[in-house]
Amino acid sequence: MDLIWEGLRKALELLLTLDPEVLRITLLSLKVSGIATLLSVLLGLGIAVLVALNEFPGKRLAIALANTGMGLPPVVVGLFVTVFLWRNGPLGFLGLLYTPAAIILAQAVIATPIIAGLGIAALQHLPPGLRLQILALGATRTQMVWLLLKEARLPLLAAVMAGFGGVISEVGASIMVGGNLKGSTRVLTTATVMETSRGNFDVAFALSFILLVLAFSVNALLTHLQQRSRPR
Amino acid sequence: MSRETLLHAHSLQVHRGGARVLEVPSLDLRTGEVLALMGPNGAGKSTLLLTLAGLLPPSTGELRFRDRKLDSRSEREAFRRRMTMVFQDPLLFDATVAQNIASGLKLRGVPAAERQPQVEAWAQRLGIGTLLDRSALRLSGGEAQRTALARAFVLAPEILFLDEPFSSLDSQAREELIEELGHILAETGTTAVISTHDQGKAVRLAHRLAVMQEGRIVQMGGLREVMNHPENAFVAAYVGMETLLKGQVVTCEGGLISLRLRRGPDDLEILALGEARPGQTVLVGVRPEHVGLSLQTDNRSSVRNSFPVAVIKVIPRGPFFKVELDCGFHLAAYVTAQSLSELDLQPGRQVVASFKATAVHLIRKEGLAPEV
Repeated sequence: MDLIWEGLRKALELLLTLDPEVLRITLLSLKVSGIATLLSVLLGLGIAVLVALNEFPGKRLAIALANTGMGLPPVVVGLFVTVFLWRNGPLGFLGLLYTPAAIILAQAVIATPIIAGLGIAALQHLPPGLRLQILALGATRTQMVWLLLKEARLPLLAAVMAGFGGVISEVGASIMVGGNLKGSTRVLTTATVMETSRGNFDVAFALSFILLVLAFSVNALLTHLQQRSRPR
Repeated sequence: MSRETLLHAHSLQVHRGGARVLEVPSLDLRTGEVLALMGPNGAGKSTLLLTLAGLLPPSTGELRFRDRKLDSRSEREAFRRRMTMVFQDPLLFDATVAQNIASGLKLRGVPAAERQPQVEAWAQRLGIGTLLDRSALRLSGGEAQRTALARAFVLAPEILFLDEPFSSLDSQAREELIEELGHILAETGTTAVISTHDQGKAVRLAHRLAVMQEGRIVQMGGLREVMNHPENAFVAAYVGMETLLKGQVVTCEGGLISLRLRRGPDDLEILALGEARPGQTVLVGVRPEHVGLSLQTDNRSSVRNSFPVAVIKVIPRGPFFKVELDCGFHLAAYVTAQSLSELDLQPGRQVVASFKATAVHLIRKEGLAPEV
């Protein structure tokens, strides 16, 4: 029990004194996963709109692929991104391996299918006549797409939360493509893994606690956005 | 009413999955008129409405609105801002009633300050003025459809398309709303096309009626003309001529036809009005509301058909009762609750059915087999 109490005490201390290393790790996690989620929202919603609102051969296959992608194991993504960014890999010339950009890329690959898959489901769940109704009210195509996204905002924001939750908590890809380099690619999850393996449970506790608070805060914010505009 | 043609459709065809689901050689919609499309499910009413509304590009054919061809996407988009459509499902947005009513105006870029008085006026007009701040997803069926109608009328559409707008409402809400819609259409002089699958009250809003079957308009004309002079058996059955009889013309003098109806052991002779050749086989229809039931043979008029019948069954139909009768052929009559008890109508009861010669409508073409 002492181990746990000591750990919690130390964790609190690290938090209250705003330990610069912990702060840097936290901000990097937020930045990397935030940007990755943002990219995934743009890409994922784009895919969702294209797939859900159009009829084309292979539509079912596209949906099945997006849904499969939702369960993509981070280590598999980590492996592929590493190979692509490897010195003599196809994107090796960019020199991105073991940089925060590499983590963003890997996390975007993880979150995009989540947002696309849930986004397609959200848009397909809208009443089938709604598009015609919106057009009949005089909407242009752009206005129609915007109104449909607005109408599906609850499940779409849930999709964004799922995407963010997936990447902020992910460790496999981050450690493989980022390398957990102190001061440059160390994020909360990779640091927690390292500290735990070293037996520094206090630090690991502190990092885990921050991770939970971070996940909660971001999701609370998104939930607020989600529920805000709902009339009584 | 002006006779100017507002919307003109020519050789319209819509194909879906290799099959032709709509074929309308020609259709004109005149300014200020209300046209009803009537037919069973799958007759192509919705497809025709969507095509006329520019929401479904036809496979072939041409659509003109005020002499502008609606053949490009930009033309159709421009047309969409001058008409609107109300569907069976109100399809309201997840927003307040006020925001819903304002949505079309907002899409057209009308500033909020201008939208509000119009939204309030139409909400009042449709009896939902007190619901403006409520979520549109928490309305009763009637309130929701009122919101959808307010959202449409606030746009002052040059044509209003209504696709079975009352089908999902209970009968009381439906009757009320149909009546109000009738008043609003008359007051605003809005040109409208309304589809309906039954010959209920919604049809009474119409000036003209088009009966559809299997993607085609089988008869189109003035409301009374179609109701009283159906061209074929399908239309006759659909506009409520429940009794259709095949007979042979015995004599025809001065517009009075004597018909022999073949039935079981003997033949029955009835009188009808019209012109026909003796010996010709014709189809006649009788509306149930024109058939009277009594205990004794009615001899008040010589042009009155009167004969004994047996009651098969009695079915409640709104304020009336529909009585199915057997007289060697099938006959239907509508009676009031009072007559029902006075005549003690119940299965097996023997009474006398009578209808005037003017109630027997000659159907010119035999057409397709009735389905209703």
